[in-house]
Amino acid sequence: MTVKRKKLILVGNGMAGVRAIEHLLKLAPEAYEITIFGTEPYPNYNRIMLSSVLAGGASLDEIVINDLEWYRSFNITLYTGHTVTSINTAARTVNTDKGVTAAYDELILATGSNPFMLPIPGTEKEGVIAFRDIKDTQIMQDVSQKYNKAIVIGGGLLGLEAARGLLHLGMDVSVVHIHEYIMERQLDETASRMLRGELEAQGMKFLLKKQSEAILGKKRVKGLLFADGEMAEADLIVMAVGIKPNVELARSSGIEVNRGIVVNDYMETSLPGIYAVGECAEHRGIAYGLVAPLYEQGAVLAKRLAGAPTEGYAGSVTSTKLKVSGVDVFSAGQYIEQPGTKALRFQDETEGIYKKLVIQDDKLIGAVLFGDTNDGAQLFSMIKKGENIKGREKELLLGLPADALASPKGNRLEGMPDDEIICGCNGVTKGTIAEAITAGGCTSVGQIKACTKASASCGGCKPLVEGLLQLYAGEAAVTVKEGICGCTTLGRDEIVAEIKRMKLTTVKEVMHVLSWSNEEGCPKCRPSLNYYLGMLWPEEYVDENESRYTNERYHANIQKDGTYSVVPRIYGGVTSPAELIKIAEVAVKYDVPLVKFTGGQRLDLLGVKKEDLPKMWEELDMPSGHAYGKTLRTVKTCVGSTFCRFGTQDALGMGIRLEKAFERLNAPGKVKLAVSGCPRNCAEATIKDFGVVAIDGGWELHVGGNGGVHVRATDLLCVVKTDDEVLEWASAFLQYYREQAGWNERTAQWIERVGLDSIKQALESPEERAALVERIQKTLSLTTDPWKQIVNTPELRKNFEAISLPETV
Amino acid sequence: MTKLLIGNLNEVDIKGSRKLRVGDTEIALFRLSSGEVLAVENRCPHKGGLLSEGMVCGSKVHCPLHDWRIELHTGEVQAPDTGHVTTYEVEVDHATGSLYLTI
Repeated sequence: MTVKRKKLILVGNGMAGVRAIEHLLKLAPEAYEITIFGTEPYPNYNRIMLSSVLAGGASLDEIVINDLEWYRSFNITLYTGHTVTSINTAARTVNTDKGVTAAYDELILATGSNPFMLPIPGTEKEGVIAFRDIKDTQIMQDVSQKYNKAIVIGGGLLGLEAARGLLHLGMDVSVVHIHEYIMERQLDETASRMLRGELEAQGMKFLLKKQSEAILGKKRVKGLLFADGEMAEADLIVMAVGIKPNVELARSSGIEVNRGIVVNDYMETSLPGIYAVGECAEHRGIAYGLVAPLYEQGAVLAKRLAGAPTEGYAGSVTSTKLKVSGVDVFSAGQYIEQPGTKALRFQDETEGIYKKLVIQDDKLIGAVLFGDTNDGAQLFSMIKKGENIKGREKELLLGLPADALASPKGNRLEGMPDDEIICGCNGVTKGTIAEAITAGGCTSVGQIKACTKASASCGGCKPLVEGLLQLYAGEAAVTVKEGICGCTTLGRDEIVAEIKRMKLTTVKEVMHVLSWSNEEGCPKCRPSLNYYLGMLWPEEYVDENESRYTNERYHANIQKDGTYSVVPRIYGGVTSPAELIKIAEVAVKYDVPLVKFTGGQRLDLLGVKKEDLPKMWEELDMPSGHAYGKTLRTVKTCVGSTFCRFGTQDALGMGIRLEKAFERLNAPGKVKLAVSGCPRNCAEATIKDFGVVAIDGGWELHVGGNGGVHVRATDLLCVVKTDDEVLEWASAFLQYYREQAGWNERTAQWIERVGLDSIKQALESPEERAALVERIQKTLSLTTDPWKQIVNTPELRKNFEAISLPETV
Repeated sequence: MTKLLIGNLNEVDIKGSRKLRVGDTEIALFRLSSGEVLAVENRCPHKGGLLSEGMVCGSKVHCPLHDWRIELHTGEVQAPDTGHVTTYEVEVDHATGSLYLTI
């Protein structure tokens, strides 16, 4: 029986509305028949990137978020170049300027904003534009070819970005601003003055405290007249004095409108079945003009339309980040001091750095950063959380731990000879590091790492590097908060919280919304984000193969000579003569140079050419042993009660059951299991991530062991009676680890960090365990065998082969 | 200098790589998010790692063996490491998707 789909219409084909639709399609793909109307002749594109297009950093194609193919693939009817002119709320239809009428059951208004044009004479002249859409950007590019003088009215974020773009296009640019300092809505006076200085050095001119009175010229603009009687010449005038929510359609349809379209916490307007989202909406008196709030609103609206539970939208604390060639500015929260607040300031005019924190009742409520915005994301998350920062104020302002400069522990380092190796991984001596600090001007561990590779690999020598930094740099030493990698200052927990809060769904989106410093990340953050997104959204997220390490991309271990190894899955380590013959035949046929047993009791075929991998997998016809991934490797077993005279339980059966249950599970790190059939523990279960040891009448469950670099014996989690309980606890423990640990953090490190008690507590109640079990089963139910998938998919298989013989042209 | 027709754009995934052999030289072909297709010798100057197996971030590839970073436009190894990889010119015929390599 097919349920008739409800009709959903979206008015406005921009970032906010389409974003909500994207979400809705993930939550309830079958629920609605969707129609979208947009005034502009383009699919949904990223308006924020227009400044990059203007500044020459991106092409128009690159800023499209959803291409026409996306609309087609979801059967969305798209009308571009159509403006909805009226809504008949009684008949539930909308009408466009081109005569199309469409019926709706639910209607979303995402009409965005219009640029605010000053009500002065002459705005209709040729060469007077706003900076809002692709058309404006194209006009600016055309004008710059023929004319030279440009004026931007408005010294806010948008105006400065427009001015920067016009400078890049080779024009002579003056920014006209009514206040005495620019960006007064985002910056305090000090930061504003510093910014102006930087921009003037780049060639931008400023006309401050100037009120525009009239635009001069006949057909085309010639100049701008000010209220004080002065005049400035211009061939192009860009109005960037602000935006106002586009509410005409809502107003004329009888929907309650204030500054924007009034919505409640569920994005519902005053009329049933009509919602508003994005810049056109006014929530609790605020109409937002930034991307993060619009994403949050979209997530709430999508849940509402999908009938999923949501706590509603509670408003957003916003931050501003301006990135114009070499000037970094950040502000967030209430950055202007008010009665009852205290401010801490740091100003360094030699380096062009200014920082201010505004504090109220021991909480950070606002911040301004100029010249060094690295801590912006961290401070912003503190402002949002409202955490108590008493005693850490100076540390946050300077990015230095309080005792950083006070400890004289350099004595041992001082006496150390210059040729002594500090970093064993990369062979960096004390002398090399000292030189990097004294001659190379390094002032942070990060810089030393970048300049010498010291502490770049395992990080074990970091305390020594820090000590040397203090010894040689003294007061100039800077401690920079380190994020999960060099591309961000955010830590794992902050990132995961933001992904959840804003329902971010792709690696690219996380990097964009959380202001990554490298646009495409690095081999540390890409796999981490890929893991977190997959863990958080098991059903919606499509794993990004290109964000995984080589081994995981090709489902084989790369060896030093570029060959690979093949380890088929052998459950519990129990094989058969027929299976062994098959493995041997494949090894002979493909001339495998080395066959050995792995530490986890499996067979390893080493030295395989990449192009042979899919053929061997096909002929082996066995599942992947995942000997290469951050996933379940093997379950090591002893013989157990099947043959052993000491065995109290069936270790083989339990091992096979566990391996079948958890194979293919993505985890923060590799996961090794073992099952011993009696307390003699021949399978060495007490140095595994999850170890199971049989006792008479039950099983001991051990967790957090590791036999690698830092040997760690497991802690006893609990003792259970039945086989099913072993599975229940193993599932709950592994899922809790998946949800809580950082990417690349093995269970041993994780337990050291969070403590066994916290884990015991989390797994204590049967309800909690049941919920964790359900989540891990959901995740596992969506996995497939990667070898089979590659063998049967030509698109994936091609990447294992070299491109065939080229032909001379 | 020889110009070779080596295949089609759709044979290389975005942020992915393919390798090909021309005479004694193995070449790694990369397709960036920007749409550009770039080619370098498939050999990291450090320990001979296969660059075709590395992760592509922006216009740089990270060698899978020891994380050396190579800028694909110039072939320059990025600081703190030093060295150079030979680059080859690739032309894309956007009408047909054909890829031409000059060696």
